[in-house]
Amino acid sequence: MALDVGGKSIETDEEGYLVNRDDWTDDVAKAIAVAEGLDMSENHWEVVNFLREYYEEYQIAPAVRVLTKAIGKKLGKDKGNSKYLYELFPYGPAKQACKIAGLPKPTGCV
Amino acid sequence: MAKDTVTAPKYREFREIPVIVEGAMAESKPYAAKPAHQESVGFPGELVDNWQNVAVKKLGELVSESRALQVFLDTCVKCGACTDKCHYYIGTQDPNNMPVARQDLLRKVYRRHYTFAGKYFPKLVGALDFTEEVRDLWYSYFHQCSQCRRCSVFCPYGIDTAEISMAGREVLDSIGVGQKYCNEILGKVHKIGNNLGLPEPALVDTLEGLEEDLEEDTGHKIRVPVDEKGAEVLLITPSADFFAEPHIDGLMGYAKVFHQAGISWTLSSYASEAANFSMFIGSHENLKKAAMRIREAAIELGVKRIVVGECGHAWRVAYSFWNTLIGPFDFLDKKYPSPSHICEVTYDLLQKGAIKLDPEANDHRIITFHDSCNVSRASRMGDMPGGQFIIPRALLKAAANNFYDMAPETIHENTFCCGGGGGLLTDELMDLRVKGALPRMEALAEVVEKYDVNTLVAICAICKTQFAKVLPYYQFPMDMITSLHQVVGDAIILGENH
Repeated sequence: MALDVGGKSIETDEEGYLVNRDDWTDDVAKAIAVAEGLDMSENHWEVVNFLREYYEEYQIAPAVRVLTKAIGKKLGKDKGNSKYLYELFPYGPAKQACKIAGLPKPTGCV
Repeated sequence: MAKDTVTAPKYREFREIPVIVEGAMAESKPYAAKPAHQESVGFPGELVDNWQNVAVKKLGELVSESRALQVFLDTCVKCGACTDKCHYYIGTQDPNNMPVARQDLLRKVYRRHYTFAGKYFPKLVGALDFTEEVRDLWYSYFHQCSQCRRCSVFCPYGIDTAEISMAGREVLDSIGVGQKYCNEILGKVHKIGNNLGLPEPALVDTLEGLEEDLEEDTGHKIRVPVDEKGAEVLLITPSADFFAEPHIDGLMGYAKVFHQAGISWTLSSYASEAANFSMFIGSHENLKKAAMRIREAAIELGVKRIVVGECGHAWRVAYSFWNTLIGPFDFLDKKYPSPSHICEVTYDLLQKGAIKLDPEANDHRIITFHDSCNVSRASRMGDMPGGQFIIPRALLKAAANNFYDMAPETIHENTFCCGGGGGLLTDELMDLRVKGALPRMEALAEVVEKYDVNTLVAICAICKTQFAKVLPYYQFPMDMITSLHQVVGDAIILGENH
């Protein structure tokens, strides 16, 4: 599969995750979000940027709890819970937000 | 994932045999494993030349190695007792999801090549060659079996469809036709040590965060240690316990139990996975290789006991297979069963008075318990028959005042699969997963209506994730699913050791 971003074709896997992490740009993220039916707000970006920072350091997406804690610190305690993250990313913060952040899909019983 | 087109089937007015809808799930199949996934677990990367012959030969080998498999293939008398016992048949109405029909997909090929009648009079006995069409049917329908073994409870001969679907998947793997979800994950276990591919620094960081949370929540310095040599207990738990919700709350519950009982324990970053998906694909080599990390870690860390966390099929592998795969456990303390289930450990401590629970702490919960297939039908807990049903319920009743069981034909050894077991917990199979959850959701709806149940407890990582995903399709809140040790952890009285 491929995603058209500003005339450039970006390769994705059968589920829409980027094949090459280096292809990621803000515009690619927006295009993936559109395909997911999401409108990227500032708070969406906070989550996506945190995921990318964490991945950079640990080569894996953060646990849901690590993510909610970090978002709670950034956006206020009332937003530091998975309910809020599901409001932002209805298909689940782990999978959907990772996809938009250009990271591989978390695997396992998750 | 633009638009979710999956919808839940309606609850049945009468729980009778559903009407057949031919080919209803013919299009359902998981993503194919990429060559790299296949090769990481020792299978050909792509469809091999001469695949028909390779597959038939492999099937013959499997039958000659397993007396059970041969008996299962030879003894079916088509009595029909199994037909309406499969949750996938109930939810999808596809006749190929009747256990007998699923078995026959493989049985027909076995007959053609390995029985006298099938060799010479194939049409008379419904024997089939392994054609491309048959191969596609295998791939589709052996990935619509969660290997839950419910049908085998009702079969007068005890024919175990799980064994047949495992064999079917193994034959497919051997010709280069593997399933992405299982094989990619197994490759990660061999390389990194867990299904997630969670490397040591990330594990350490996650666990440190949990220790902070535990101290903040309880005021007690409760440890979640990793790689600590000389600990008494090595805890082997599904890596979902480090990552997902509600799993992680269960992990924090185990930590509270060990803390309060004064038992030193540790996780291992090398053997950081209880799950062993090799069982789902019927691969003995991979089963042993993945399990061996646990023996190595236990010896390296010098522990006296191995305890297994809340994971259904892992407990089957541990309880039923570890001794022959990675035993003997002569280096462990013989006072305790090797391995032990975390529920057995907590139950034992409770009996001895080494921990105390305050059930009022859970008065906001009205609880029911989902028996996980592999725990119920392929293992045991404690030293009494049915301990795997008694012990989790005893813990819940000690930790909470409101507990109600679902209908008897849907619990204990009759339990219905959550709909996501056996290596099917992958997004592209969501339609199947939602439909397969139907009988469990019907039973849940009854206790919700009757007793206002608001908490569904499970002791399996797959069940927990599956329910978190499918509950909303049936108009239940996703956070209704709860780890057993979260309920225990909320009730445990922390403080001076008794």
